[in-house]
Amino acid sequence: MNLTLRIWRQAGPDAPGSMTTYQVSGISPDMSFLEMLDTLNEELITRGDQPVAFDHDCREGICGACGMVINGQAHGPERTTTCQLHMRHFKDGDTIDVEPWRASAFPVVKDLVVDRTAFDRIIGSGGYITAPTGSAPDAHATPVPKEAADTAFEHAECIGCGACVAACPNGSAMLFTSAKVVHLNVLPQGAPERSSRVRNMVAAMDDEGFGGCTNTGECATACPKGIPLTSIAAMNRQFLRASLG
Amino acid sequence: MTTVTRTGRPPSLLLNLWRSTVGKKAVMAVSGLLMLLYLVFHMLGNLQIFFGPEEINHYAHWLRTLGMPFLRYEWLLWIFRAGLTVCVVAHGVSAYQLSRRDIAARPTKYAHQRQRATYATRTMRWGGVILGLFVIWHILDLTTGTVNPVAEHEHPYQNIVASFDRWYSCVFYILAMLALGLHIRHGFWSAAQTLGANNARLNFFLKLAANGLALLLSVGFVSVPLAVMFGVVK
Repeated sequence: MNLTLRIWRQAGPDAPGSMTTYQVSGISPDMSFLEMLDTLNEELITRGDQPVAFDHDCREGICGACGMVINGQAHGPERTTTCQLHMRHFKDGDTIDVEPWRASAFPVVKDLVVDRTAFDRIIGSGGYITAPTGSAPDAHATPVPKEAADTAFEHAECIGCGACVAACPNGSAMLFTSAKVVHLNVLPQGAPERSSRVRNMVAAMDDEGFGGCTNTGECATACPKGIPLTSIAAMNRQFLRASLG
Repeated sequence: MTTVTRTGRPPSLLLNLWRSTVGKKAVMAVSGLLMLLYLVFHMLGNLQIFFGPEEINHYAHWLRTLGMPFLRYEWLLWIFRAGLTVCVVAHGVSAYQLSRRDIAARPTKYAHQRQRATYATRTMRWGGVILGLFVIWHILDLTTGTVNPVAEHEHPYQNIVASFDRWYSCVFYILAMLALGLHIRHGFWSAAQTLGANNARLNFFLKLAANGLALLLSVGFVSVPLAVMFGVVK
């Protein structure tokens, strides 16, 4: 496959950036999107140019490190992470636009790499349970209803990739925050801190400068892990109950 | 994260809610739902026009005497007007503040632009502005009568017919009611989501109810100018 790539190049956090056009050839349809970028980078390095910086780690769709907006869609046209997006979803001769996540809370570090520590600070404000550590508790010490376990697991699937923020027209982190809130609040282990968790995490989210939710549903459509839009309703319910109660 | 010391006075409940994006959205949801409830009765009241001038003029008089003799003439009407004004202001101010914040959260736009969300969702902000302007026109036309050719107090039938005898009044009214339908289509479901009333089971029914309400209100309101235009009501 031969492709034309228009990639956002930005030398540093404060440097001005622009979309730069590259041609790549000899791309196999079996390559992942990241492998295609690796091919481009090898060429750039051989030419003595700066390679395109992008985040990646596990390359098997479970770590959430990779993430870029491909043709205006977070993680590209398929509902998966960028590392699991394969070139067979594009056509020979296509022009592909590649941009970093765009949000004031996710400043660009370089090229396609953004600083997502805002998510870490949201987690730090309540995305955990306070429990003495040590030897593992007995498996049957705290019974968990099956339905609660399923809901918790569904929301624990969130890998914090940030696609929800990138896809949201308001750069809102509601889906991410709600995934963490619902995951812990539905479990008996998370129950004691239920109301402080939701209040603190929403406050931390607001402090980071993420936008508000206008219920466009773009986040849930982009989420590679399928966190449902109704999770936001669940978080709203818990937030209002915790704030008014 | 802010910490509140034990000796300090904790910030009030409502202030805390108002400061958060989720709380502001809740204000929008509640004020929006109250206005929606009012509109259902307003629309049903408007349909009195199809029963003739006496019926709707009598209905208008009844509205003014509601609650008498416990309340004085027009008091209940003014209580409703005050409540609605509070709703409009709360709805508008929170929409403005949230929009400012949303725009600031994405300072750099994507180079590759793509249509996002449904038409109703995308037009919430400008649709809201259109509705706000329409409300001003509507009050000047049929409440105060400032821009109405007849402007007879307690004769809404004559005022309505006179208003809709002007083509631009009909056009503005019908456009505003289409905007209202779109606004409710997204707004009703969105309010349920914001207030935490939505879940996987209810989602379908809430969307259905939103579409039903949007259609019902738009058709109900638009029927009046159409009836005047086509000579059903004259």
